[in-house]
Amino acid sequence: MTLAFDVNRWWPAPLLPRQDGRDLALLFVVAALSLLAGLAAVGALAGHRAAEGWRTELTGSATVIVRAQGTETADEAAARAADVVSGVKGVAEARALEAAKAQALIAPWIGPGGLPADLPTPRLVAVDLDRGAPATGAAIAAALKAHGVDADVDDHSRWSAQIMRAGAATEGVALAIFALIVLVLGAVIAFATRQGLAARHEVVEALHLAGATDGYIARLFQARFARSAAQASLAGAVLAAVAAAALKASTAGDTQLTALLPIAWTDLAAVAPFPVLGALTAAVTARVTAMAALGARP
Amino acid sequence: MRYGREPEVLKDISFELERGSFHFLTGPSGSGKSTLLKLIYLAEEASRGRIEIFGQDIALLQRKDRPLMRRRVGVVFQEFRLLDHLNVFDNAALAPRIDGRKPADYRGDVADLLAWVGLGERMHAMPPALSGGEKQRLAIARAVINRPDILLADEPTGNVDEAMGLRILRLFLELNRVGATVLIASHDAELVARSGMPVMRLEDGQLAPQADFATERAQ
Repeated sequence: MTLAFDVNRWWPAPLLPRQDGRDLALLFVVAALSLLAGLAAVGALAGHRAAEGWRTELTGSATVIVRAQGTETADEAAARAADVVSGVKGVAEARALEAAKAQALIAPWIGPGGLPADLPTPRLVAVDLDRGAPATGAAIAAALKAHGVDADVDDHSRWSAQIMRAGAATEGVALAIFALIVLVLGAVIAFATRQGLAARHEVVEALHLAGATDGYIARLFQARFARSAAQASLAGAVLAAVAAAALKASTAGDTQLTALLPIAWTDLAAVAPFPVLGALTAAVTARVTAMAALGARP
Repeated sequence: MRYGREPEVLKDISFELERGSFHFLTGPSGSGKSTLLKLIYLAEEASRGRIEIFGQDIALLQRKDRPLMRRRVGVVFQEFRLLDHLNVFDNAALAPRIDGRKPADYRGDVADLLAWVGLGERMHAMPPALSGGEKQRLAIARAVINRPDILLADEPTGNVDEAMGLRILRLFLELNRVGATVLIASHDAELVARSGMPVMRLEDGQLAPQADFATERAQ
């Protein structure tokens, strides 16, 4: 049987052979790296949001511990302290917590029975600070002292710095993992390009001797790896988005986990540019590697 | 010319091929015929000496200009060097494609040439499915499709019968007639004799004194 060959309908076939098993292995590695990079990106965004939330919460509030003096009852002292603090510039609101609320706060340490009624316990005043220009702990303490209120002001500064460092570390680690994965991706593609050139040296040699420029040959590998990396990155990005969505859905009812990793639906968009980024990384790496390898030829 | 620390493959060779000339290159195996061709088609660099092609010292040729020079040199490799993943037509169309020409501008030429070398019915075939002779003819078609200024061929009739060998010789002569400089490395004394073209003989990496056909045949 003779196959018909219509010269007028002929169109040049791809100059590089189709993908083989080695390329599939590369695709798998790139997809896996893309998945990890996607999770790292979502983790970095959620970590940033958690750190921001902690920072806002810590710097936006303060607690005043009030002790009664003379004939003044604890409730009266707390009410007076709240009045004084409310007048300090940079304070949005100050409210004295009722004795029951104060008891509830220390209940985890002393048990459900509470403290004896005749035991003098300090009262607490919860202070919400102005977000734009918050009052300092020193300013509040000074105002209280000026009005003769015996109180301590806790502006959370003792441990807020540690929490801020922890938040920054979370972000930093996620970004470092992301950067590391991108570097590994580049290295993998560079290695694969060298392997690809070596495996297809006959094709490269034939093109080279037929007068193809280094750039022409490099473009073939560049296009091949960019296309493959885009496909693999897309697969990895989709998997990362699905995994992050599943994580968000599964932790929806858990306030502690949600506070630790507050993933937003918009975070999933972070993986959207991955196919393009993967293709660009692959294209640049493949071109540089191919040009270097071809440059060694006469 | 030497490879690494090996003894020199070619030494003290000096010759000039006139534009439009036709020569055969003969000599025993290992005499340096293929190496000499490689130097001309820029696959190797001479370890010493000076080579000029088209009036240009190739040692001074910039890397970016080398591909353009290679495009002016058609090569028929002894081992064919066909691209196994491309069909006959794509293999033959390689040079104009690399030249950046539009497919519509050269596909007719490719089809005509393939028909001329007897591969008109095999244009869709893949090289692994071709016989040795068909591969040889395809390698020749690929080398000449762009009408090169220099045509180099390494044992171009080694895998074809006598009739096809003569046909290929006629193709080379025709290309030579329209201006191509031709240099053919061959063991085929009969073909050399029929051509009546001058012979350069290599022995131990050196050019032997000009031999005529009778001497060549006797050897």
